Amino acid sequence: MAMLEIEELNVNYGMIRAIRGISFHVEKGEVVALIGANGAGKTTTLHTITGLIPAAGGRILFEGSDITKTPAHRIVSMGMAHVPEGRRVFANLTVLQNLKMGAFTRKDKAEIAGNLEMVFSRFPRLKERQNQLSGTLSGGEQQMLAMGRALMSSPRILLMDEPSMGLSPIFVNEIFDIIAKVKADGTTVLLVEQNAKKALSISDRAYVLETGMIALEGRSSELLENDRIRKAYLGE
Amino acid sequence: MLNFLTYLINGLSLGSIYAIIALGYTMVYGIAKMLNFAHGDVIMIGSYLIYTGMITWGMHPVPAILLAVVGCTILGITTEKIAYKPLRGAGSSLAVLITAIGVSYFLQNLSLLIFTANPKSFTSVVGWEGVSLFGGELKIQGVTIVTIIVSLLVLAVLQFFINRTKQGQAMIAVSEDKGAASLMGINVNRTISLTFAIGSGLAAIAGALLCSAYPNLTPYTGAMPGIKAFVAAVLGGIGSIPGAMIGGLLLGVIESLSKRYISTQLSDAIVFSILIIVLLIRPTGLLGKKIQEKV
Repeated sequence: MAMLEIEELNVNYGMIRAIRGISFHVEKGEVVALIGANGAGKTTTLHTITGLIPAAGGRILFEGSDITKTPAHRIVSMGMAHVPEGRRVFANLTVLQNLKMGAFTRKDKAEIAGNLEMVFSRFPRLKERQNQLSGTLSGGEQQMLAMGRALMSSPRILLMDEPSMGLSPIFVNEIFDIIAKVKADGTTVLLVEQNAKKALSISDRAYVLETGMIALEGRSSELLENDRIRKAYLGE
Repeated sequence: MLNFLTYLINGLSLGSIYAIIALGYTMVYGIAKMLNFAHGDVIMIGSYLIYTGMITWGMHPVPAILLAVVGCTILGITTEKIAYKPLRGAGSSLAVLITAIGVSYFLQNLSLLIFTANPKSFTSVVGWEGVSLFGGELKIQGVTIVTIIVSLLVLAVLQFFINRTKQGQAMIAVSEDKGAASLMGINVNRTISLTFAIGSGLAAIAGALLCSAYPNLTPYTGAMPGIKAFVAAVLGGIGSIPGAMIGGLLLGVIESLSKRYISTQLSDAIVFSILIIVLLIRPTGLLGKKIQEKV
């Protein structure tokens, strides 16, 4: 049984059908990348999985249970965390308060303290700035905060939407290093990225989304060698 | 001088009532992003509940106020569920605004039906006579002092709740970004309900204080203080809790002093002129944050 299984998913965006019958799966322990151009439906797919927008058809199974109609606020306690596009940290809360928001559904104080320790060791910069309002952080720091906040819920699967968007190359490398560490810790990752080269080099498998449909899929190492991918997404 | 002090203290007391009402406006606006124009009428309903408890059923003021707080809380949650929630995400914020005006008229007419248009003479919930200073030259009524103390207490409790409790932090999160908040596991609808509950409960307290100071209760009692409190909330910076407090106090003092020194008839005109001037200079109000449009 796959950890996350998407079956024939359809999503409407207003009058437009944004996702047209896509199916894919993520196995436990994998990093799976969803790549594609702007407007291909990558973000819409993630939003539908975590219940931010409703599916018009098809099924979403997480660890065997149907979560197609589960409201967004129930998802995180099931073990799925979503780092949204554009970070969306709470600007008027401090770094520490944001991180605590990430553990909103957790009741176990010791677990929360342990997770905070883990996040701070992974992102020392967040520890330094824990009492700063998160609206005052740089883009890269906000991305770290958004990832740390998601990790505070002890997720078994992490959905990440464009973590490298708008960041300087140094931060991009740092973010991808952290994704690799998250994987090494046994957390499954579904990664949406426009930076196809980076995404393919870090992931086990990938799906290429074009106008709401899956155009290509396969092992990331093979896709990196694929002519069509090289021309359309790697700019070679 | 003593005369000035009397009017200043009365202004602070009136302003405290505006502030408590404005807190309800500003919290609902901050979290649900809507102007609840029926908020003033919740005050009126609360006052009638206290009146009924005290006069008709012969209750002590404290349980009567508690009854009104519970009643208004339920009223607030119910209106939100029935009238506002179905329109949330309907695209136009105008739809909710118009519905709120409709709810306002509904509550006024419902009270007309139940309590008639005859003014009811409210009995003060504060039994204390007050204090007399400077050999009786300066008299401060008990209700005036109690009003100021209650409003400061309300502010302190709210600040603690928002900044120090998990639910309060969830409110800030919801007010900033509903989608991101729900990804944290926060039930956005329940948080909005809670906000309406708190705002409406505060309205009941405001009603008790308002009608104790101005004991003439009619179905339209809440309308004008409601508008004034809205002005106070905008003046202070809508969405800001300390802003609502400062806006309310300022408005009360300005109103009281202009009644004394300028003109009784013109005092409301002066209050609204000040709002216009402040908004021209600082469109976000005194403590308002820069408005961020999120797509």
